[in-house]
Amino acid sequence: MKENSLSNNQDIRNKIIQKLLEQDVQIVSEDPLENTMVLNMGPSHPSTHGVLRVILKLDGETVVDAMCDVGYLHRGFEKIAENSTYHEFIPHTDRLDYLSPLSNNVAIALAIEKVAGITAPPRAQYIRTILCELARISSHLMAIGSIGIDLGALTYWFYTFTEREKLYDIFDLVVGARFTTSFTRIGGISHDITEEGIQAIKVFIKELPSILKKCEKLLNRNRIFIDRTQGIGKISLEDALNWGLSGPNLRASGSERDLRKDEPYLIYPELDFDVPYYNEGDTLARFLIRIDEIYESLRIVEQALKKLPEGEIISNDPKNALPRKEKIYTKMEELINDFMLVNFGINPPVGEIYQAIESSKGELGFYIVSDGSGYPWRLKIRSPSFCNLQVLPLLLKGQMISDVVAIIGSIDPVMGECDK
Amino acid sequence: MGLESYLNGEGFFTTRVNDLLKWSRTNSLWPMPMATSCCGIELMSFAGPRFDVARFGSEVFRMSPRQSDLMIVAGTITYKMAKVVRKIYDQMPEPKWVIAMGACASSGGMFRSYSVVQGIDQFVPVDVFVSGCPPRPDSVIKALLDIQAKLKKEPISKYY
Amino acid sequence: MKELLINKLKEKFQDFIEEIIDYSNELTFVISKNKILDVCYFLKNNEDLKFDYLVDICGVDRFKKENRFEVVYNIWSEKLKYRIRLRVKVDEKDLQLDSVTSIWKSADWYERETYDMFGIVFLNHPDLRRIYMPEEFEYFPLRKDFPLIGIPDSLPLPRRN
Repeated sequence: MKENSLSNNQDIRNKIIQKLLEQDVQIVSEDPLENTMVLNMGPSHPSTHGVLRVILKLDGETVVDAMCDVGYLHRGFEKIAENSTYHEFIPHTDRLDYLSPLSNNVAIALAIEKVAGITAPPRAQYIRTILCELARISSHLMAIGSIGIDLGALTYWFYTFTEREKLYDIFDLVVGARFTTSFTRIGGISHDITEEGIQAIKVFIKELPSILKKCEKLLNRNRIFIDRTQGIGKISLEDALNWGLSGPNLRASGSERDLRKDEPYLIYPELDFDVPYYNEGDTLARFLIRIDEIYESLRIVEQALKKLPEGEIISNDPKNALPRKEKIYTKMEELINDFMLVNFGINPPVGEIYQAIESSKGELGFYIVSDGSGYPWRLKIRSPSFCNLQVLPLLLKGQMISDVVAIIGSIDPVMGECDK
Repeated sequence: MGLESYLNGEGFFTTRVNDLLKWSRTNSLWPMPMATSCCGIELMSFAGPRFDVARFGSEVFRMSPRQSDLMIVAGTITYKMAKVVRKIYDQMPEPKWVIAMGACASSGGMFRSYSVVQGIDQFVPVDVFVSGCPPRPDSVIKALLDIQAKLKKEPISKYY
Repeated sequence: MKELLINKLKEKFQDFIEEIIDYSNELTFVISKNKILDVCYFLKNNEDLKFDYLVDICGVDRFKKENRFEVVYNIWSEKLKYRIRLRVKVDEKDLQLDSVTSIWKSADWYERETYDMFGIVFLNHPDLRRIYMPEEFEYFPLRKDFPLIGIPDSLPLPRRN
């Protein structure tokens, strides 16, 4: 029986081999130069502005398709917010857009004040506006420096970074910390600004325009820079609105949308400033619009400093705002209020709100659902960098590899904000 | 390898060569910055024109692990990023040192959540921890000088 | 402005609007699940309303027995300069919803994030995968029954030596 099955197998095998040899046998090999190549611009890369991973499909040097992979810096802000009181969450917001930390503080303070139904006194609003605009200047200086260094112009980065160091000195003097400031509180700000601080800001805004003119001479009409950025990464206004862009990226494509004019907050209705916009929508427009916005911010700071009123810096609401330290050590009611606020949080009504500000990257919004206790039930951060990065595969199609770096730099993503 | 493996003895010639090698290593530590978040911006000021780190020998910030011997991990490391950090650490040639800059890299920092690694010494051997959130660039310069002091104490035959 | 919006929506979708909330100067409509695509299409393409900018999509875990999750859409009109909010209730046993990527393209990543954090599946989405957590992660972090410090060994870590 065994021999029978063995010989049967042998027959079948021979038959199969015979059949295969009769057919037309063709050998196919893939020519590597005729296919597309997948290149990984990994999370640790000198010019991807943090931990952004871009996977490119290349045909020679042209990009056929691209895909973004985010999430390498996901720290779980929203879950942390559900487990801490409203006050405890303010230092966490510094670390969102870490290039302009003061504007994040102002945004969360405005959102919590909307939930609780209180407003800050006028002097606090003016100081918040001044510091918000200084943070915008700091962030834009970094953005234009990065575009320079990504394209090979190192001197530009050194010039703007020196100016940023001067801004860090001002923050150190006024707020107390160079970088992660946590300056605003619910109902106002943490401590008052001194005369020395005001003088330092005045000196800074007087000197900055001349240094910016020196920087503009380097790159604005440079033949190589214009060839590398004009016409690259174009996006039309309709596409930009459909894909959810905001901030300077949207205004470089022709829209005039600016939350400081459309839905004013703080003291912007009383100030006089323009909103610059360009129509081309390419990398050069996104670069030039940031320089124009720095000039506008200097105007705003100058006007606000002239109009700064006297008064208190934190509102007097005992249920929601922290009392002053001197009173806590001497009076009984303030001691009890401080104890209740620190341990159990504020007492907002039940409901949900959405509050957005115009940060340097776009529309930074907080959506808070409150259930009546001192801990938010749900806090959602609408970060502009997350929404701006969605459009990257559309912009990269058809461009060369060396343009990828310029385009990512001009969108100016900050991964701390994008990955929450 | 090569000539240095004969340097195990303690004669006059070998100790002079030992000192020469140690001097050249301490004064030319080229860092590989692994900057993920806010501490990365302070790392840039540390390399900038004001707190100049080039005067201590770290002239260039080589972005390639093959050409550097000091890895500065600045910023929060998540579980998704930990694989990448370990891979880059493995690609660096011996001898190599690691500075954990900031509270997030040393111990997880203010983020006690489901996706943050509570300290990078769970998967990478660390030489110097720098505290601060973010640490001032002066503290990072002190950390660099600590690494130089540590280097001077170690025998050169440790790696061969 | 509010009256105009309420009237226009009521005359077309009277049976499907479950609730209208007006709190702190903001208007919210609670819409039933199967009509969300039609409502969004109407809001975007109507000549008077033109809500053409989708600001945000997020999910909320209400932690009740029925209709545990909610999906919230914040939209903005460039013409009227007005903000509006739509809410849809989703039950835990039927965690599916129509995707609005055919109306606003920016809904792409927002819906991926809601799927990653809550587990709500969007039908007809071009590419529904996890965006923040690694692909092999088995849980949904922002649900109320997932602990803040995470579940030990749910994410792999490289070895030290």
